Amino acid sequence: MEPWVILAGYAFSLMKFQSYDSQRGQAGLGEEKMEHREQSFTSSAAKQLALYAFYTMVALAVIMYMLSIAAGRTGSTASGVAVDPDNNSITIALRQEPPQLDHVRATDSSSIIVLSHSMEGLIAYNDAGSLIPGMAERWEIREDGATFWIREEARWSDGVPVTAHDFVFSWRRAVDPATAAEYSFILYPIVNAEEINQGNLPPQTLGVRAVNDRVLEVDFNQPTPYFDKLVAFITYFPTREDFFNNTEGRYGADADMMLANGPYIVTEWTHSASMTWEKNPYYWNDEKGFLDTINVGYITEDVNAKLNLFKDGQISDTHLVAPMLGSAMEQRWQIDRSMDGTVFFLQLNFREDRITANKNFRKALQYAQDPVEFVYKALKEPSYLPAVSLFPYWIRGVDDSFRKEYPPPEHEFNVAKAREHLELARQELGIEEFPPLVILADDSPIGSISSEYYQATFTKNLGLEIRIDKQIFKQRLAKMTAGDFDIVVSGWGPDYDDALTFGDLFASWNLNNRGRYASEAMDEQIRIAQSELDPLRRMEAFAEIQRIVHEDVVMIPMYERGWSFVVDPRLKGFKRRAVGPEVDYNFAYIETGEE
Amino acid sequence: MGWYIFKRLIQGIITVWFIATATFFAMHSVPGDPLLNDRAVTPAIRANLEAKYGLDQPLLTQYVIYLGNLSRGDFGISFTQENRQVNDIIREHFPVSAILGILAVLFAALGGVLWGSLTALYRNRLPDYIIMFLVILGISVPSFVVAALSQYSLVTLNNAVGQTLLPVAGWGTILHMLVPAMVLGLSTMAYLTRLMRSSMLEVINSDFVRTAKSKGLPPARIFTRHQVRNAILPVITVLGPQIAVITTGGFVVEIVFAIPGLGRFFVEAVQQLDYTVIMGTTVFYGAFLVFMVIVVDVLYGFIDPRVRLK
Repeated sequence: MEPWVILAGYAFSLMKFQSYDSQRGQAGLGEEKMEHREQSFTSSAAKQLALYAFYTMVALAVIMYMLSIAAGRTGSTASGVAVDPDNNSITIALRQEPPQLDHVRATDSSSIIVLSHSMEGLIAYNDAGSLIPGMAERWEIREDGATFWIREEARWSDGVPVTAHDFVFSWRRAVDPATAAEYSFILYPIVNAEEINQGNLPPQTLGVRAVNDRVLEVDFNQPTPYFDKLVAFITYFPTREDFFNNTEGRYGADADMMLANGPYIVTEWTHSASMTWEKNPYYWNDEKGFLDTINVGYITEDVNAKLNLFKDGQISDTHLVAPMLGSAMEQRWQIDRSMDGTVFFLQLNFREDRITANKNFRKALQYAQDPVEFVYKALKEPSYLPAVSLFPYWIRGVDDSFRKEYPPPEHEFNVAKAREHLELARQELGIEEFPPLVILADDSPIGSISSEYYQATFTKNLGLEIRIDKQIFKQRLAKMTAGDFDIVVSGWGPDYDDALTFGDLFASWNLNNRGRYASEAMDEQIRIAQSELDPLRRMEAFAEIQRIVHEDVVMIPMYERGWSFVVDPRLKGFKRRAVGPEVDYNFAYIETGEE
Repeated sequence: MGWYIFKRLIQGIITVWFIATATFFAMHSVPGDPLLNDRAVTPAIRANLEAKYGLDQPLLTQYVIYLGNLSRGDFGISFTQENRQVNDIIREHFPVSAILGILAVLFAALGGVLWGSLTALYRNRLPDYIIMFLVILGISVPSFVVAALSQYSLVTLNNAVGQTLLPVAGWGTILHMLVPAMVLGLSTMAYLTRLMRSSMLEVINSDFVRTAKSKGLPPARIFTRHQVRNAILPVITVLGPQIAVITTGGFVVEIVFAIPGLGRFFVEAVQQLDYTVIMGTTVFYGAFLVFMVIVVDVLYGFIDPRVRLK
């Protein structure tokens, strides 16, 4: 139908020109004959052109019809509605195409979102983010190991029971170096995991075994009090051996190469275009998965496109960036906020040849900047919080929030003190002028704002010469790993819901400690945090880590990232999470308004 | 004729080989490490990943292996889409770009010829001024602005009407394609309009048109047979490369309108240093471009009898 609209438009515009021309023609009556002939030439040629245009339009309509059919064959996106109460379905947009959906190898947020809906581990999260039984109906965590009792109703999406063997197979696969799973380190508390992962032992020696179909036994290297939180992570999810072997190396590559044991089944996956998740009839928990269908209608990173889709009633929720908030408020939308979980900070280089290895110099940097000013005056993202610690505010302590129980050392923004420390550093290093400092950052808009803000701040308050080294993501990582920086703008997000996910970052053995910070005191506290069974003493270790990070200026906190977002008012129970899936529809349902 | 085509094809293959070689070495000299990710991995895993992608071999060996695979038409496995063959990515996503591209080229070519002829016909009069003003806009406004603006107008229009007249984004039917295709074809259309206009003006003042007029041929016939047909030649010349430009240059439009085309992979692969996808898409697009140029050269022989293919 649409082609005709355009066609009419074309024809109309042509008629306009012709009438204009004929007026000119009449006006030119008294002019020379030659001029008149020129006019009539124009007019009849224009008529011919109009006729041609008309034929072309008809041909174009036919071609477009054929193209439309062809396009349908390449896979179509859902042109559904954001919230459809009649079919009990919603349409959403994903930020990125999941690289692949093998839970053992997945690392990115899009994959975690999908897998958190299609699969479930031994232990799961409830709508409030607390741990609840998942595939395991009960469990016991001891000093030397753990036992999980798998529930009888646990089923794969083809009706076959989920057994302890599925977990054994999956975990062995995760630490097998042949799998090359980036998250294999998360299984290291299990006996032999690290050795296997380094290729020194066969995967069969992993300290996990199925006593029978429903009892799973795990042996620890050392006490692992947070193991219940680990098994909620995707790498610990089960894989069924016979299904995996049938996929011939393509496990998780397509919808038919996946097996679900969670509330939803991925039934369709058109790469980079769309997905369909349907309710899993075999899923055991009726407190989760209330929708019949979730259509991933769009895969786009463009926040403006997502906002337009939301406005047009095509998707159920979208996040907003600062420039959009004004118009969102004009629309009188309910704007919600949540924490993304990630903490951003300036990581400093502790390699010996760097000035940043000098403690007084680091102290100078610390005193010379103010994260509050940075977040509220430079970033201006209302959902972001100024960071004050390595541990974000949502981390749990013994009974309450960790940061309430153990408040971080107060940051002091004091240029005079900063200059004192700078002078001390100058004397200690025995130099006249500080060489230029390199701030490494990624090429994102926020990476630019951050590096430019700190460049300006350190130049103004300390008179240092700062150079910005802006790189694409992979090159920034390469330079970070090689230690080719003085300061790097970086962030750290949680893998599991425990303070240790942040706490062990600056361990001397942690490969992610890319500034190579190493101190005995820090390592000792991290060892306590890893294996102490008494929650109180464990939290005290984290408090000590928090203090060392500040006292030794291991890094300079910048901000805790958050989201501003809008949700279709008919959709209830939608969550954005700091740990686990970024967006969570497991508890989402449509309010029909009849009750 | 057959010999000419054969010769051109051989030249084309050498060109593609050159593109592949240059891209291969340029890509490997770009700083950065394709296997690095947010979470650091142990040396053992690293070694396994390197072995999987053949990065443990010396660069020249990698090059020889790559050429061997290329000659069999095998582009390898993507680094980021870990379970997908680059061949599959191209096979699944190029048709999307191509379909959108065909429509965009149609809009551009037809619009260009139409508006170009019109401006020439009405030269230095109001229609000419209006169209040429729009042409300048079309050439100078970048496509991400046009794309975002047109999407925003679509939403406003849909909201005003109270229903979805045209989809805001997505893929699957002609309705999804209309606006993106127009945005994609806009700058080419503007360019072709200018080209057609100047080419028409050249022809209008030529001897054979004057002769035709003096012989008393009907104006419409002079216009179509003697003017448009002669003036269209330069347009066809640039059309071949423009088709390649449009089908490969859809990155912005594909992102904004959430279209699963190959253009996205082409650009994102470079950002992600996805070696196999960079090579696959570059060689594929290179071959496509070379092929289009050959096709246009051959077509020339049919359109313009003065060109003899030897």
